[in-house]
Amino acid sequence: MTMHPILAALRKHKAGVVLISLQIALTLAIVCNAVFIIGQRIERVNRPTGLDENNLFLISQQWVGAPGGDDPAGVEKLDVMQREDLAALRNLPDVASVAPSNSIPLLNSSWTGSVSIKPGQQLGDKSGTRTAYYFTDDQVFPALGLRLVAGRAFTAADVQHQGARDQRDRPVIIVTKALADKLFPQGSAVGKVIYSDGSSSPSTIIGVVERMQIPASGSWGNDFTWYSTLVPTRLDSNFARYVVRAKPGRLDAAMRAVPATLYGVNPMRVLDDDSVKSFADIRASAYRADVGMAILMGVVCLILLCVTAAGIVGLTSFWVGQRHRQIGVRRALGARKIDILHYFQIENLLIAGVGVVLGVLLAVGLNIWLMTHYEMTRIPALYVLTGVLAMLAIGQAAVFVPARRASNVPPVVATRAV
Amino acid sequence: MFGYYLELGLRSLRRNPALTALMVMAIGFGVAASMITWSVFRAVSGNPIPDKSAQLFTPQVDSWGPQQNLKGEPPEALNYVDAMALMRTHEAKRQTLLYPVQLSVLPGGDRSLPIAANGYAVYGDFFPMFEVPFLYGSGWNTADDQGREAVVVLSAEFNQKLFDGANSVGREVTLEGHDYRVVGVTGHWNPRPRFFALFGGSGPFSDPTDFYLPFTRALDLQIDTAGNNSCRGSLTFTNRNDWLQSNCVWVSPWVELDSAAEVARYRSFLEAYAADQQRAGRFAWAPNVRLRDVMQWLDYEHVVPSESSIALLVSLGFFAICLVNTIGLLLAKFLRRANEIGVRRALGASRREIYTQYLIEAATVGLAGGVLGLLFTALGVSGVGLLFPPEIARLAHLDLSLVGLTLVVAILATVAAAFYPAWRAAKVQPAWQLKSN
Repeated sequence: MTMHPILAALRKHKAGVVLISLQIALTLAIVCNAVFIIGQRIERVNRPTGLDENNLFLISQQWVGAPGGDDPAGVEKLDVMQREDLAALRNLPDVASVAPSNSIPLLNSSWTGSVSIKPGQQLGDKSGTRTAYYFTDDQVFPALGLRLVAGRAFTAADVQHQGARDQRDRPVIIVTKALADKLFPQGSAVGKVIYSDGSSSPSTIIGVVERMQIPASGSWGNDFTWYSTLVPTRLDSNFARYVVRAKPGRLDAAMRAVPATLYGVNPMRVLDDDSVKSFADIRASAYRADVGMAILMGVVCLILLCVTAAGIVGLTSFWVGQRHRQIGVRRALGARKIDILHYFQIENLLIAGVGVVLGVLLAVGLNIWLMTHYEMTRIPALYVLTGVLAMLAIGQAAVFVPARRASNVPPVVATRAV
Repeated sequence: MFGYYLELGLRSLRRNPALTALMVMAIGFGVAASMITWSVFRAVSGNPIPDKSAQLFTPQVDSWGPQQNLKGEPPEALNYVDAMALMRTHEAKRQTLLYPVQLSVLPGGDRSLPIAANGYAVYGDFFPMFEVPFLYGSGWNTADDQGREAVVVLSAEFNQKLFDGANSVGREVTLEGHDYRVVGVTGHWNPRPRFFALFGGSGPFSDPTDFYLPFTRALDLQIDTAGNNSCRGSLTFTNRNDWLQSNCVWVSPWVELDSAAEVARYRSFLEAYAADQQRAGRFAWAPNVRLRDVMQWLDYEHVVPSESSIALLVSLGFFAICLVNTIGLLLAKFLRRANEIGVRRALGASRREIYTQYLIEAATVGLAGGVLGLLFTALGVSGVGLLFPPEIARLAHLDLSLVGLTLVVAILATVAAAFYPAWRAAKVQPAWQLKSN
């Protein structure tokens, strides 16, 4: 079939052609970017933290009337209180292991600093990088379920304690593999020394964990998401957090037992609804906005595609009705049903073709605009290509029903007056 | 004629039920998506203190230097040394420093279990500066600040919890083991976003705070900030006093400046202060200061979650596509009735009358779409908790203005979409139509 009659007919329906291609173009632009956003969010939400997240929960609590953590006597007193809590929690029947920790991945409460292979370096120095510290003790490996890939874990002899404002030396530390590779690209980091926060006293890396995310889940932590440093130090202040691993399947029971146990040790403390939180809850609230965004975009895309398809059906039906007689004439002159069907399908392909070309430009334009105003990356060509194919397929699917109706117009129509 | 055309329009809605349903659905979805996201956006991007937002400023002084500041911008709060220096010089008419604190309280006396209460350590100027309403009593004055008095102002909500809402002025409250005398109880006051305390602590859209206590008293009791504490460089402090003298920032300053001249004067004062610090050797860099008012500060701090604005943009794009769709469908619907138009024109109707008739018909479609959209909006507003954190989702609600806006937007947008199809309908040649019959 030659294109000429189709193009000639389209010239008679400029408005309809412009409207359908514009609609396809806009839909392509929005759907491509929306699906790209969904893909990015899902990727973020699904990345593993490096912990064994099942049966894990966190206790955040605050003592009332506790001594300040600035003088040695106060620090010692606070440390005794903390150790009493740890001992009581470790004695619970449903608890497998407990470690103190200033934070946990995805909690969005962090102590960050910088580490460098040279002493006395400020942040911004090329030989160093940002990191997030976890101050904890020797039980951190069983409690969080971290995987050691080189060196050794902390032992009880490594563990120190200090006031929360005390910038004391950190003789031994454990880093993540990502951080080790960044600082020592040419080989094993175990046994090497690094310097934290511009200090001139060295810290020896005694072990490397496979993977451990920093507490910040937001975009400000994107530069150092996997650069965690573990320090075997209990922080002593009027506030303490404990990470607890329940025995398999005993998470709820262990969590329920916590308030009574801690009040039993010392009732003068603040424990509220948010104090005992399962890791699943922490993860859900860290990624709530990401999940919500993905759902919103998904719903919008779905409705958008339906609306566009329905629009194509509506306008093509109108055209079929308008050309009822001409179709009859063509049939009477020898055109087969399949010819009529193809006519409308090719016509739609032409219109949709113009639409997707325009749509690709709009999609890239929208992506560039989003990149300048929000934290977005360049959309991969694959997304746009898939979008183009999907739009063409939807166009064909939408045009099929009215085109079938057109092909069923009997040739006898040609002999009747309208 | 309007009534007659309206009736015709309503009757024509029933004529092509499928086409009509398609248009009404498209408009309904489009307008609802836009309205739901708009209801969240207007809640988070509003001006929290409209009548004074241009007179309240937060000064920033770069104490970190070009190597370690925030890509050229000074830190978002002050360290203790700079904060106290600004307070001492008293360049502004009213000024306050503040930081969030969290203290425990025994709500039912000595035998109850402690709960945590959130508040702010502020200066007495805080209350008149931010126009805090009072139910009982008042804030404290500068003499109380200087006397480092153990006084406290409770919020209406906290007063309800502790004293069942009774006038508690003059009574004692024990916070973290220390006694305070209540001097005032505020009315319900919760500006959202909480522009004055964005440096950590409770989020910008959280519930009303519990209490306010004098900054000077909080320092004496060594109460630590419950917000952020951000330090740079090599940290050498080992106790509170050294920490206070360090470059760690944690204090939010606010000043009230009533005229452009005062603003200019305060800006040059800040420059001069930073220059003095450079001369004294405390800063090894040229003065780098900022003086942002409330709206500039909210903008700089990106208080409006990017989810909210992206969602609004996507919804508006969605609505635009729905309207393009509507133009096409209206065109089909109107031109299908070319015969009818031809007959009316032949019987003497002017183009203008045809035009009016079809615009009114479009308006009825818009109205139906708006009503459907209202339904979807009501459903959606109750479901925004899926997308936004609870403290933001709570802000979105269906009020009279949103209902009105939904209907007006739906009708106006549909009528605008009908301009072209109605024009085409009015252009129908009566002779041609009659001939082809």
